[in-house]
Amino acid sequence: MSIFKWFTNNTAKKSKNVAKERLQLVLIHDRANSSPEFIDSLKNDIMEVISKYIEIDESSFNIEMVQTDDDTGAKGRPALVANIPIKKMKDRTRE
Amino acid sequence: MGKVIVITSGKGGVGKTTATANIGTALAKLEKTVVVVDADIGLRNLDVVLGLENRIVYDIVDVVEGVARLRQALIKDKKHQGLHLLPAAQTKDKNAISPEQMKELIGQLKEKFDYVLIDCPAGIEQGFKNAIVGADEAVVVTTPEVSAVRDADRIIGLLEAAEIHDPKLIINRLRYDMVKRGDMMNTDDMLDILAIDLLGVVPDDESIVISTNRGDPVVNQIASMAGESFRNIARRINGENVPFEEFKIELGFMERVRGLFKINSH
Repeated sequence: MSIFKWFTNNTAKKSKNVAKERLQLVLIHDRANSSPEFIDSLKNDIMEVISKYIEIDESSFNIEMVQTDDDTGAKGRPALVANIPIKKMKDRTRE
Repeated sequence: MGKVIVITSGKGGVGKTTATANIGTALAKLEKTVVVVDADIGLRNLDVVLGLENRIVYDIVDVVEGVARLRQALIKDKKHQGLHLLPAAQTKDKNAISPEQMKELIGQLKEKFDYVLIDCPAGIEQGFKNAIVGADEAVVVTTPEVSAVRDADRIIGLLEAAEIHDPKLIINRLRYDMVKRGDMMNTDDMLDILAIDLLGVVPDDESIVISTNRGDPVVNQIASMAGESFRNIARRINGENVPFEEFKIELGFMERVRGLFKINSH
């Protein structure tokens, strides 16, 4: 091992990796928000699946991409937040 | 019929104008006829980078408004046979030209020249929309910084939405010494994030500043690394298969000492 490694702090993450990770996270958010079609088609697919099990209020169904701080304390992690008002459960045994 | 290429970036100050001037000059050196169009109306700069600022009589807005004919507004570079500049207006604003007028104008230029290079203004508003309206292809310029790469990603999305497909990337001002010690994103990192093809990597080089000071594009300097990169970019645009250049890194004193220790420890 080089003696210089002894003096430099090797536990610190290389700054270029920090840059890359931050960019990848922010771009998930940017790309989703800059394309309304993406959220729309995602919303329709989710609605379709949930409707198999639950009767939902489609007019108040809302889904968006937000940035949250997760449990590990990482900042700005993108998350999908959906608000899906339920009308009633479907009884699948009767079908 | 020529090819229309818009040079864009989203973020300002990453080197769009320098890239346009140098690629245009290098294409002229390949004996092509080229017109470089400054679409940054109100913030004219391509003229000074090319050293043609004293020869402007009419500008792009004069042509669109019918004050001057296209032939009168085009400035012929005396040093480079085949290179022409259509300057931006300095006193008008970005709304002085409509996308339809721009498209018409670019169509006329396309008939006269092998290459029409459009220097796009920063931002994503009207000026950007005007600059891309007549383009067949796009070149996206970025620097290895988080903000520039983020904006480049946005621009790539907007180009796609405007049906300008497969833009090519120029990474400008790369510092090999910083890449080597892990303090700057490398070419692969940026290609990985942006998922587009590479057109070229231009090293951070003080010869750019010096050549801009003189109004003489850096492609004219044989020994300049940045000049070599831009000459190769022009050849790639012109259809040649040029390998990506690898520059030797000038190591600092401490790095050389470190290298010595590494050899000894083996």
